[in-house]
Formats: sequence, structure tokens, C-alpha cells
Amino acid sequence: MKWLMCMLSVLGLWLLLFWSLDPWVIGTGVFFALIVGGLLGEIYPDGIAKALDPRRWFFLLVFLPYFLWYCMRANVDVALRVIHPDVPIRPGIVKVRTTLAGEMSRTFLANCITLTPGTLTVDIDGQDFYIHWLNIDTDDEARRTAEICGRFEPLLRRIFE
Amino acid sequence: MPDIAYWLIGVGLAFDLFGCIGLVRLPDVYNRAQAATKCVTLGTCVMLAGVAVAAFGESGGAIWPMGIKAIICAVFILLTSPVAAHAICRGAYLSGVPLWPGSVEDAFGPRAQDIRNEQAAAQTQRAEHEETQAS
Repeated sequence: MKWLMCMLSVLGLWLLLFWSLDPWVIGTGVFFALIVGGLLGEIYPDGIAKALDPRRWFFLLVFLPYFLWYCMRANVDVALRVIHPDVPIRPGIVKVRTTLAGEMSRTFLANCITLTPGTLTVDIDGQDFYIHWLNIDTDDEARRTAEICGRFEPLLRRIFE
Repeated sequence: MPDIAYWLIGVGLAFDLFGCIGLVRLPDVYNRAQAATKCVTLGTCVMLAGVAVAAFGESGGAIWPMGIKAIICAVFILLTSPVAAHAICRGAYLSGVPLWPGSVEDAFGPRAQDIRNEQAAAQTQRAEHEETQAS
């Protein structure tokens, strides 16, 4: 099942990139999908049946603009710090704990943290995240967690868990 | 339609420029990786969005494939660049690159030591294994 899903997604991507239904294109696409699927089907994520639930897609559609908004704000923030004459930063590595348990959701949370306001995931150890923060503005553990993970956790839980 | 595309490409270029300035002005590897991931990722994605708008705005659909490629590239950059930044920072820390002296906190130290010990243990184990096989 996993192998088949991997082959189908590779084939879909191939057809999108070529944007034609020429028999030659489809033939080579199937050929390479078989090779790639055979080699990498093993590491394809488990529980792909979850993706058929329309509610997950709805929350994904809600999540995207929400995420892009924070991404935008992050960029403006970092850009302002960079062109400020004094470069006002207070960097450091902090440790926060997430409530998400799933492998997929934690991966995406880590990626979202990296792409938003001055935070970069250095390592994940179970549910502990080590975050490099460009501008540490509070010493309070709870507020840090809320500021770094709290924004995305509820939506990511609905999408991936 | 072309106006929107040009605006998007311009904004993307501006963000890329800020990313590069950050790369020069910020102090250490970790801070520089921040500028390199955030600004450059979003800047490039916005530029690709501009390309997609230009392609889909063209009548007839002759250059649609270009727009689709631009969107797929944007998705791939969004998925891979944070992973790359994470790998660079983790590798830099584990190989002993110090944080900037002005850093206010370092919670990763103990965990990094654990990982280094684990790696060293695995290496000696492998060396012993090879030795026994050779003899």
C-alpha cells in the first residue's frame, strides 16, 4: 500500500512537471515511478489513509493563510533587525516542550517554527524542542512555549493527528 | 495581471536582499542561518508566486507549465529549507562552533554532550567490531 502510494505521488508529480499526456511521457513516468517507489517506498509516511478525511483538508486550508501571515511578520521583523544600525538581538538556545505526539505533526511544527519569527529548531528530543531564538524576550517557560509553539499546535493537531 | 507579478517579484527581491544583508551583519552561524532561512525562503517563494501569476495571467494557457513548475518549486523550497537550516545548525553545534558571546542562554549544551558521547561510543564499537573481524 505504502509503495503504491509513493509510486502514484511520484507519477503525479512527473505529470504535473511535464504537463502533457503524451504516451511517451506517461511511459517514462511509470518507469521512473517504479524505480523511485521501489527504492523509497519504505520511508513513505504511515497512516496515509488519514489524508482522505476532508476535515483535515479544511483545516489545512485554514492553516496556510494563518501560517503565511506569521511568516510574513517574521520576515519583516528579521529584516528590520538586520537593517537597524545597532542590530538589536538577544540570541540564545531555549528548550520548550510541545504537546504534539505524532511524528508527522512534530516534523511540521519544527518546520513552521523554523520559518517564523526569529526561531530556528536546532534539535528535537522526543517532545522537547531546542530552539535557537534571535530575540529572547521573556524568561518565563510558559510564555515561551505559548509564543513559540502555541500558535500552531491546535491547528496542526487537527490536521495531522 | 503583469503589474501584480512585477510587484511580487520586486517584494521577493527586497526580502532576498535583506536576507543577504543579514548574512553579513549578524554575528554567528546560528543567527546567520536565521536570516538565510527566513528572508531568503519567503523572498524566493514570493518571486516564484510572481512568476506563477505572470504565467497564469497570460491568455491561451501556452505557458501554464511554467506557472505550475514555479508553484511546485515554491512548495519544495518551503519544505526543504527549514530542514537544511536545522541540519546545519545541529551539525555546527555538535562539531563545536561556539555561540556568539552576546548570547543570553544555551539550553542545548547538555543534550549536545549526550549526543557526542553516543556518537563516540558508536564509533569505538564500530572500530572494535572491525578489529575483531580483521583478526
